[in-house]
Amino acid sequence: MRGDLLDVRELKVVFYTYRGIIKALNGVELWMNHEERLGLIGETGCGKSVTSLSIMGLIEQPGEIISGDVYFEGKSMQKMSMEELHDMRGKKISMIFQEPVSALNPVMRIGFQVAESISRAKDIKIKEAYPEVLKMLELVGLDSKRTASLYPHELSGGMAQRAMIAMALSSNPKLLIADEPTSALDVTIQAQIMELLDELVREMGNAVILITHDMGVAAEFCDKIAVMYAGNVVERASTVDIFEEPLHPYTKGLLKAVPKIGQSKELVGITGTVPDLVNPPTGCRFHPRCPYAMNKCSQKMPPLIEAKPGHHVACYLYTQEGEHNAN
Amino acid sequence: MLLAISTLKKVNTMPTEVKTETLLSVENLKKYFPVKRGAFRRLLYVRAVDDVTFQVPKESVFAVVGESGSGKTTLGRTVLRLIEPTSGKIIYKNEDFTKISLKSLRIFRRKMQIISQDPYNSLHPRKLVKDIIGEGLKIHFHMSSNEILDTVKETLERVGLREEHMFRYPHEFSGGQRQRIATARAIVLKPEFLVLDEPTSALDVSVQAIILKMFKDLKSSLSLTYLFITHDLAVVDYMSDYVAVMYLGQIMEMGTKEDVFNNTAHPYTILLMNSIPVPDPRHKNKKMIPKGEIPSSINPPSGCRFHTRCPYAKEVCKKEEPKFVKISKGHFVKCHFPIIE
Repeated sequence: MRGDLLDVRELKVVFYTYRGIIKALNGVELWMNHEERLGLIGETGCGKSVTSLSIMGLIEQPGEIISGDVYFEGKSMQKMSMEELHDMRGKKISMIFQEPVSALNPVMRIGFQVAESISRAKDIKIKEAYPEVLKMLELVGLDSKRTASLYPHELSGGMAQRAMIAMALSSNPKLLIADEPTSALDVTIQAQIMELLDELVREMGNAVILITHDMGVAAEFCDKIAVMYAGNVVERASTVDIFEEPLHPYTKGLLKAVPKIGQSKELVGITGTVPDLVNPPTGCRFHPRCPYAMNKCSQKMPPLIEAKPGHHVACYLYTQEGEHNAN
Repeated sequence: MLLAISTLKKVNTMPTEVKTETLLSVENLKKYFPVKRGAFRRLLYVRAVDDVTFQVPKESVFAVVGESGSGKTTLGRTVLRLIEPTSGKIIYKNEDFTKISLKSLRIFRRKMQIISQDPYNSLHPRKLVKDIIGEGLKIHFHMSSNEILDTVKETLERVGLREEHMFRYPHEFSGGQRQRIATARAIVLKPEFLVLDEPTSALDVSVQAIILKMFKDLKSSLSLTYLFITHDLAVVDYMSDYVAVMYLGQIMEMGTKEDVFNNTAHPYTILLMNSIPVPDPRHKNKKMIPKGEIPSSINPPSGCRFHTRCPYAKEVCKKEEPKFVKISKGHFVKCHFPIIE
């Protein structure tokens, strides 16, 4: 088995809409071990969030998993009963979201909402959970007594995200999925939240999937990075390898487009636009924008292969059959 | 209201440095928005822009950087008089822009254009691209429809779009393409000065790189001057010549890009730079970042506005507002204890 915590195999997810069938995930391959920090990066509409929802078992109408499976600690989620799934969410997998203020229930006090998640995680009554609530709120750096009695709209974005982290980590989950946790926050607040998350996760030993479009955030937080493009994981490697020896043309392009302080190089963007997933390009979905595209790229999707030890890439440049070998 | 403002007014040491030809000069600009708060609906003011002075040299890129609530967007809009300033002067090419009647503003509006952050809401959804871009031509140059079509076509090519895009609606375009349309609409009037209000923050990085490159190219080919508003210091480094760092309505540090980035003097600028995640996995050091959250601009902290989050704050910072002083040629800082090497 590839990952002892999570193994996503050839996951295909579609959404049925009035415009047609959106082929959101096109055979996603993703795996991770316990206590690993995996960054899932990619641009708008590449399927990062759909992947995380699939891992949570939250794909609902009009969406559907048409093939593939997610294995969590070796167990197939497709075969799990509703009760088992329900039990897993919140206890073994937790999630934090991009818009913390809207992810919280607007008519309930923060204290109650944290207590609710603690009571579910530990199978105790909500009233019994309150001492724990104050402990959790303090852990995330909030003024516990005051914050517990506030409503979500009374919190700033940074405080609300701290409260979300308190809820998510109250069950000490095996896996924490953080879906763009700091994209809506200012840089100084983002730095505070990422530092907090780093400390807590290091202490508690949770595995984390960090979904982000910010290469800087991913570089600072993650051990491994998976790059997604139009519904596929196109490259997966250690963070250092992704930044220093990227293999996939898309990853290379993405890195050249990121502005960096103190770097006088011209930025180079990726020409063309992200494909419409109702009518995605045949074969490799990146081929219309790829400077190295070959004939076969438009015919069949390249498989995700191990090009170097621990460095996986889905590109014909690195397969045996590839006409050219890069480098 | 007038009384409240006049008591707040404080004479500042004005940075009057004439380097190259100045296109736009802003002096002690203020914009307060009235708001009613509390059970008694007390009248209070959001001090969005509070006594800001700077000069934009001709054909340069002047970046205004700050976090949300720092007043950078209000500043950009006030400079164009899309929002009327509460007080202060805006001098555009030796003419006091604040004193011009609304009627004669029209002539200036042609020369000063804005490109806003959200390309999804800034284009009229029920107008064709040719009408969106051509409307200004009709108003300002009284062109015939054929002339308009020719000019629109030419401008579209300038921003990297094609002739056939003229007869489409905004919803048919991606975010990057829409930002190109907004740019075409601005440059078709042959402006001299453009306010770019976070023009790429709604776009993905691969598209951002292309759009920023386009702004750079247009600047040199059309001899434009930019007031570039952004929250992203990496983009500032890539684009600009001069930088002003704003915090709670005031400029904390201002100077050439080299001064602000390499000889940083204000603690806020340093902490802001520390907060930026570095896209380099080998760069791993514990860094100092500002504590706490951004205070409200209705009731900003006394003394230096940054003192509540500043690790170097001393007693005097709480009591006395620091002056905006020059520490070297063209480099200004608003701090009691600037870091000078």
